[in-house]
Amino acid sequence: MTHTFTGLLDTDAIRKDFPVLQRLVHEEKPLVYLDNAATSQKPRQVLEALNAYYERHNANVHRGVHVLAEEATAMYEGARDKVAAFVNAPSRNEVIFTKNASESLNLVANMLGWADEPYKVDADSEIVITEMEHHSNIVPWQLLSQRTGAKLKWFGLTDEGRLDLSNIDELITEKTKVVSFTLVSNLLGTINPVEAIVRRAQAVGALVVIDASQAAPHMVLDVQALEADFVAFTGHKMLGPTGIGVLWGRQELLEDLPPFLGGGEMIETVTMGSSTYAPAPHKFEAGTPPIAQAVGLGAAIDYLSAIGMDRIAAHEHAITEYAVERLLEVPDLRIIGPRTAVDRGAAISFTLGDIHPHDVGQVLDEQGIAVRVGHHCARPVCLRYGIPATTRASFYLYSTPGEVDALIDGLHHVRNFFG
Amino acid sequence: MKLDSMYQDIILDHYRNPHGKGLRDGDAEVHHVNPTCGDEITLRVKLDGANVADVSYESQGCSISQASASVLNDLVVGKTVGEAQAVQEAFLELMQSKGQGEGDEEVLEDAVAFAGVSKYPARVKCALLSWMAWKDATAQALAQNPAVND
Repeated sequence: MTHTFTGLLDTDAIRKDFPVLQRLVHEEKPLVYLDNAATSQKPRQVLEALNAYYERHNANVHRGVHVLAEEATAMYEGARDKVAAFVNAPSRNEVIFTKNASESLNLVANMLGWADEPYKVDADSEIVITEMEHHSNIVPWQLLSQRTGAKLKWFGLTDEGRLDLSNIDELITEKTKVVSFTLVSNLLGTINPVEAIVRRAQAVGALVVIDASQAAPHMVLDVQALEADFVAFTGHKMLGPTGIGVLWGRQELLEDLPPFLGGGEMIETVTMGSSTYAPAPHKFEAGTPPIAQAVGLGAAIDYLSAIGMDRIAAHEHAITEYAVERLLEVPDLRIIGPRTAVDRGAAISFTLGDIHPHDVGQVLDEQGIAVRVGHHCARPVCLRYGIPATTRASFYLYSTPGEVDALIDGLHHVRNFFG
Repeated sequence: MKLDSMYQDIILDHYRNPHGKGLRDGDAEVHHVNPTCGDEITLRVKLDGANVADVSYESQGCSISQASASVLNDLVVGKTVGEAQAVQEAFLELMQSKGQGEGDEEVLEDAVAFAGVSKYPARVKCALLSWMAWKDATAQALAQNPAVND
């Protein structure tokens, strides 16, 4: 097997930073972690940042005049600066911390449900999403649709696993108030054509929401270049801890739109009659925020930025190209999604003959290979392609060609086991 | 290898050649899904007086859920509803045993092969899918015909 790799990172060095990747599982087999689209592993630098925060600086933020409170506030707000720089936000005040991407997307849907004109979503409005969305970018819009009477419309998919844009002008119309879509599909791996959708949405005056959960960890994310109105992503898929997500939103929108959750920190003044609200981002961060988690996300961003998102993207592209090539050699294997590495991310879903993904995943696990099986919270995609579920292997900056080889060997073993 | 404790030959045999598969006439029909993995079953129960005359089903899912439906068909068809419910309860107990139970072969017959599955929390629901569907469908069938109830 000869395959030329270009752009691989020094994974020997990188893997030393990830304690869990040294683990042996199931009777001393090396862990082959290929479930990165579900969550990434965490480098020592992030774990140490979490520890250092709790051991030396822990306090509540934005209140109190003591030294720990000031340090904790500086660290929390410092993380916001890091996120703002990471996504090239024009202003740090456009970065809202949430608990995950789902909360970010729910926040947008709720803001629009409570908004005044011109943003208000009501019975005369239309919302456009796509058939390849994660449930977190479907259900909040279904809820908004049910509560307001707005019509929910969907981009379909081509047989190759791309968005079908052929009817874009009929889908996105003068009635469309919001278009929400994923930048990279968590199931298909497809990277979507942002520009074409944004151009049409802007032409009709619709807001654009981008779910960047599967993009932020893997590629340069520039919210200004995307020209979206809102961008959501989560920390735990990009080397950060769980419990921290991000919603970036354009400043004038954040000023105009109403808050969703009420509580401490999000107010300006409170009387028994009514309250006025703090400016964004605090208007949208009610209650004690995930402080340590934000600090951990900041450390993750430092780690990713030190390597460079363009280099990480190149590494994953090389691994994905090799993985697609080798997977297609496995008899009866069908890739669900693009069968090339062009315009695709590093999550690859497939079926293996009639063998159910649960059984594939179980036999792979016995060999130390961790993959995800099921519908990946994107059940409409499975229905579209007439399959109950898939097996998904997903790679990251620490993934190696050797791990691709281990997966292929494992799949041959699965076929023999159920053959 | 640990895997062999889950994928017993009996289970793989039932998976490859499921017993009683296909939908036939029934008194009640239910559709159950396992939302975490997408396994689905449509199951019908046909009662003849106090006896389980037939259990028919269409299903999709992993080897464990498919084999379990096949074993269910073997075990409950021809028994009285009361006897079948006792088998169902014994199977449920085995699957909740976290790898500690062995199962009474007198009661569970081929279903004791699922003892190893109980060690894998993610797969217990697969094994129980058809049994929970049967329990639900049987309750509905009984409700339609209260005279049969004991």
